[in-house]
Amino acid sequence: MAVDVRVIERSDLSALLVALREAGYEVIAPVPGDGSIDYDVVTGDGERPAGFSDEQGPGAYRLKMCDHELLFDFAAGASSWKKFLFPPSLTLFSAQRRQRSFEVLPGTADPPPRAFLGVRACDLAAIDIQDKIFLGGAFVDPSYRQRRKDVFIVAVNCTRAGGSCFCASMGTGPRVSAGFDLALTELKIGERHCFTAEPGSDRGEAVLARLGSPPAGPALEAEARSASARCAASMARQMVTDGLRDLLVQNQEHPRWRDVASRCLACANCTLVCPTCFCATVQDVTDLAGERAERIRVWDSCFSAEHSHLHGASVRRTTRSRYRQWMTHKLAYWIDQFGTSGCVGCGRCITWCPAGIDITEEAAAIRAGGATTTAPNSGG
Amino acid sequence: MARLRKPKLAVWKFSSCDGCQLSLLDCESELLAVAGAIDIANFPEASRAVTGGPYDLSLVEGSITTPHDAERIHRVRRLSRFLVSIGACATAGGIQALRNFKDVRDFTAMVYARPEYIDTLARSTPIADHVPVDFELRGCPISKAQLLEVASAFLNSRRPNVPTYSVCMECKRKGATCVLVASTTPCLGPVTQAGCGALCPSYHRGCYGCFGPMENANTDSLNQRWQALGASAADLVLAYRTFNACAPAFRDAAAGLDAERRP
Ligand code: SF4
Ligand code: SF4
Ligand code: SF4
Repeated sequence: MAVDVRVIERSDLSALLVALREAGYEVIAPVPGDGSIDYDVVTGDGERPAGFSDEQGPGAYRLKMCDHELLFDFAAGASSWKKFLFPPSLTLFSAQRRQRSFEVLPGTADPPPRAFLGVRACDLAAIDIQDKIFLGGAFVDPSYRQRRKDVFIVAVNCTRAGGSCFCASMGTGPRVSAGFDLALTELKIGERHCFTAEPGSDRGEAVLARLGSPPAGPALEAEARSASARCAASMARQMVTDGLRDLLVQNQEHPRWRDVASRCLACANCTLVCPTCFCATVQDVTDLAGERAERIRVWDSCFSAEHSHLHGASVRRTTRSRYRQWMTHKLAYWIDQFGTSGCVGCGRCITWCPAGIDITEEAAAIRAGGATTTAPNSGG
Repeated sequence: MARLRKPKLAVWKFSSCDGCQLSLLDCESELLAVAGAIDIANFPEASRAVTGGPYDLSLVEGSITTPHDAERIHRVRRLSRFLVSIGACATAGGIQALRNFKDVRDFTAMVYARPEYIDTLARSTPIADHVPVDFELRGCPISKAQLLEVASAFLNSRRPNVPTYSVCMECKRKGATCVLVASTTPCLGPVTQAGCGALCPSYHRGCYGCFGPMENANTDSLNQRWQALGASAADLVLAYRTFNACAPAFRDAAAGLDAERRP
């Protein structure tokens, strides 16, 4: 079925946000946070900050202002939509002592239905992966299910690749293909500043109908597609995925692990900014009087010693074993576990690593060979 | 159903500035709960009323810097069921451990008119160098949230939730933008233990390392990043030699840089 792509003029974009709010959603959109692109609830007339862009590379991020007045000229910042669906800290429940028994009280309240505006292709792929993790198996995560079920997704196709991006080589972007309610492409053609808007669901269609957006027409549609294609072609970084799973599995003793461990700080930034990393730990806290207890789930990381603490000791004591665990899980064992790579190529782990470690470069170094003490690899 | 007997708490001071024990008094909103749950049996900063030991929980602030301290800490240990050392002084020797890099007699000669009256040890050392310690609570000063957590964990017979990972974890959980990556500000967070709630990065400052080295601290790698940002080896030595100068990972990092500087 041919989808009916519409056009929304720049001046009408705020009407889209207001329409989403009127449809009952709390709208969350990118904002130039404290030195990095973040996400926040849209209040007021729905007008978006214009002209923000960024420069990124290993261990480096600069938020900058441009005079192009584009609304979505930036790549991923440190934040991702993960923080709304899988919050960094969540009270699962609390318990209050009552005489000789105790009463269980609810934890963190569920948020209202939300619309995410500005979900990039990599992040949409990441949400799809977390859906598999939290909803796909025998055990469904109730808080994720609650937070996820009504989310209205307004995707934005990327037209400029960030300095750390490699989604094209991971097959996740820069253009979305499924899993959205609306997909926008920001275009500036001469003096005209507009968005093509592709509905991806009945809900998306209904919102466009309500806005009364006219058809985009073949010329704008073609321009939107070629903007994405130019973005893909300009992406300097890439991950070679051919045979990557077997390559990593067969190179557990590769000397590169020691080399990367000499640079890795085991600081865990990479895992916490990664939109697919899902590790958490559960903490029980009590008050001094022993009257009240809470069970809190907080983000954890395979880079902490506690994460692999079993039977009285951590089984991954060295940073070498922790980095290897992270990368082989992400790029190899994830495929066995969830049927997909754990990496969507968003580049966050590269940008926000204080040591500037680049996962694509580490994978390439292992592919390039060197001594192995396990089965020799075929080179992919 | 409340406990049958309120647990007895004692707070002891050795060589320190009192900032850590004042954190307990600073627990304004929680103070009533503290007083309700615990019998504060010996806490001279708070009350002159002192009840004798033994104590269920002793919080020990300060480092050992005099022969008298070195004896007194053994008596404290004997009187205490659990002994928790609190703060950078008690866990790493504190800022006064800077003496460990020099001859302390040079300092006493410089400061006191009659240095021969000063009875001090050559080195400032943490409590755990002298007696077995049940738990070390880091920080200069300690975090009051962690203090309450440790006290409540011991009193409820559970393990305290006091992580040993990096300050970066706290930055990312609270959504503070990394100052090192986004504004090239030197930060000790990637080698420093969490606990402060990423206080300095939240105010656009690099971490000063108040909570001492994290587990698996890779100071060599962080040094390279700082030097790439333009810091000198001398800047790094100063950064490591503050509140936790004698915590092993920071002490060794500074010593290594010092050796590089003066081959
Ligand atoms: S591993 Fe890195 S590039 Fe891949 S999804 Fe995670 S943060 Fe993005
Ligand atoms: S790879 Fe980078 S971000 Fe990840 S733990 Fe190591 S130093 Fe930190
Ligand atoms: S600001 Fe410092 S502590 Fe925070 S993430 Fe960056 S390097 Fe780590």
